[in-house]
Amino acid sequence: MPHRPPTFPLVTPPLLVTLAVLASAPLWLQSVGLYQYVAVEIVIWMMFALAHNLLLGHGGMPSFGHGAYFGVGAYAIGLLQQRAGAGLVDGMLGSALCAAAVGAVVAAFISHRRGIYYALLTIAFGQVMWFVAIKWHSVTGGEDGLQKIARPPLRLGEMGWSLTSNESFYWFVLAVFALVLVFLWRVVHSPWGRVLRAIKQNEMRAAFVGYNVWLYKWSAFVLSAALSGLAGSLFAMAQNSAYPNVMSLHNSGFVVMMVLIGGGLVSFWGPVIGAAVFILARDLLGAYTEAWLLWYGLLFMAVVLFQPEGIAGVWQAWRRRRHAAATARGIGAAATSEREA
Amino acid sequence: MALFEARRLHKRFGDQVVLEDVSLTVMHGELRGIMGPNGAGKTTCFNVLTGRYKPDRGQVMFDGEDITGLAPRQVARRGISRSFQIMSLFDEYTAIDNVVIALPCVRSRGWSMLRDLGRHASAYDEAATLLQRVGLAGKEHVPSRSLSYGERRALEIGVALAAQPLMLFLDEPTAGLGTEGTARLRELVESLKRHLAIVIIEHDMRFLFSLADRVSVIHWGQVIAEGTPTALRQNPWVQRSSLGGLSS
Repeated sequence: MPHRPPTFPLVTPPLLVTLAVLASAPLWLQSVGLYQYVAVEIVIWMMFALAHNLLLGHGGMPSFGHGAYFGVGAYAIGLLQQRAGAGLVDGMLGSALCAAAVGAVVAAFISHRRGIYYALLTIAFGQVMWFVAIKWHSVTGGEDGLQKIARPPLRLGEMGWSLTSNESFYWFVLAVFALVLVFLWRVVHSPWGRVLRAIKQNEMRAAFVGYNVWLYKWSAFVLSAALSGLAGSLFAMAQNSAYPNVMSLHNSGFVVMMVLIGGGLVSFWGPVIGAAVFILARDLLGAYTEAWLLWYGLLFMAVVLFQPEGIAGVWQAWRRRRHAAATARGIGAAATSEREA
Repeated sequence: MALFEARRLHKRFGDQVVLEDVSLTVMHGELRGIMGPNGAGKTTCFNVLTGRYKPDRGQVMFDGEDITGLAPRQVARRGISRSFQIMSLFDEYTAIDNVVIALPCVRSRGWSMLRDLGRHASAYDEAATLLQRVGLAGKEHVPSRSLSYGERRALEIGVALAAQPLMLFLDEPTAGLGTEGTARLRELVESLKRHLAIVIIEHDMRFLFSLADRVSVIHWGQVIAEGTPTALRQNPWVQRSSLGGLSS
């Protein structure tokens, strides 16, 4: 069949490789000079970056204030634990719901916009929430933040595991990440994800073939906010605290840098690569110089200038070249054998 | 009964009147042409008729229903489809994906988040058939931005047809096409004629007059003449105006 559609199996080699590398991390981390906590942080940021890229890469919606939803998740888990006695799973789901609710309100104000107006509005809303986090002392603890956020044990029926050690918490975070990863992989290839990508390419045409563009953009924002909140709740448990810092423009900028450097615009895997590169650069460059962000910023500028498709883009270009070379060799060989025959 | 009826449409942008008292009736299966000089309001007229702009006054009826001021997606869902003068495709997507996204059966599953669209084989079969119909067989998996200009024009119509419309609006479909491309387009439009109502804005008079059942001439935002191509050739205004060169 000449028109066989491209299908996307649930489990693919890159997915297995990613999970295998992450799952084996506790075995080799220390021998390369890393430590368990950094792996926890990397996986959480990967989750956040994937959630963000649902908007930026797949939906073409430049959300530059996305730290807000990560932050709502972080504060929500603390408040749910301390005021409502939430445990692990219910606390995380509650945090995701809170972030989704906040995202739903914000998205209602911005989903008819695009491009630079969209970006500016997301920044404005992000700043509003950062300000609320600083000023609303009675709830957020102001600049002191929320302290003593626990890592409640994981309970499955009769069994229970403590997550207080960084290693056990890492396994838990990785399991949640794997679920989110498979879910998002499915989502971006589902009809909904493909419509979202069509809207990114041409909003007007999508409307004229009958799609409710606004509702698709709105729902993408809500989903992205929910997953960002989920990542935020893990982050607060990892840090045992939540500070206004998580909502800052800084954090919102970091996730954009991760997505772009990794190549989220051209590849599903971009945010995964980008988050790892970012946190590792922070730790490795940070060991040499306080000004690591300066060097990282220069790297970011170089990527945007010379390689806007990011690391994943370099990889894809290399594979294309190799494929083209192989095809050319194949044709050459066929031509030779034809002449000889 | 007319399939489509626009009654006394008015539209102004600021103090500039772009449509004044425009009325248009299209019967089932009719092929209607719209001609007029540049800036006469033809494209604005299309935009009002297909829901992109709301008319200031007047009414648009389709299939017995008042569709005045409905959003483009609502107009599209009632069975009106259009192509664009400035090409408007999903550039990253392959030709077949452009069509697949526009199919009603995919649109109705648009909220499904967990199944793989690629496994929806019947949609891809349907899209492949449609691509064949507009002359793009063999180009299914070419990204639409890599298609030639003429192929992109054909895909524009393919995407519009994918929605299975009762009525199709084509905005300057021959723009930028050479003689060969225009000839191929004529074949395509002829094959569509009578299967659905078609309205074409066109500069190419020979193209339009050889295909259309009736033609409306728009100038200064008004319909200044209307009739069959034969009758219009006799119209003194049409003969006098720069549109006249039809005898050539």
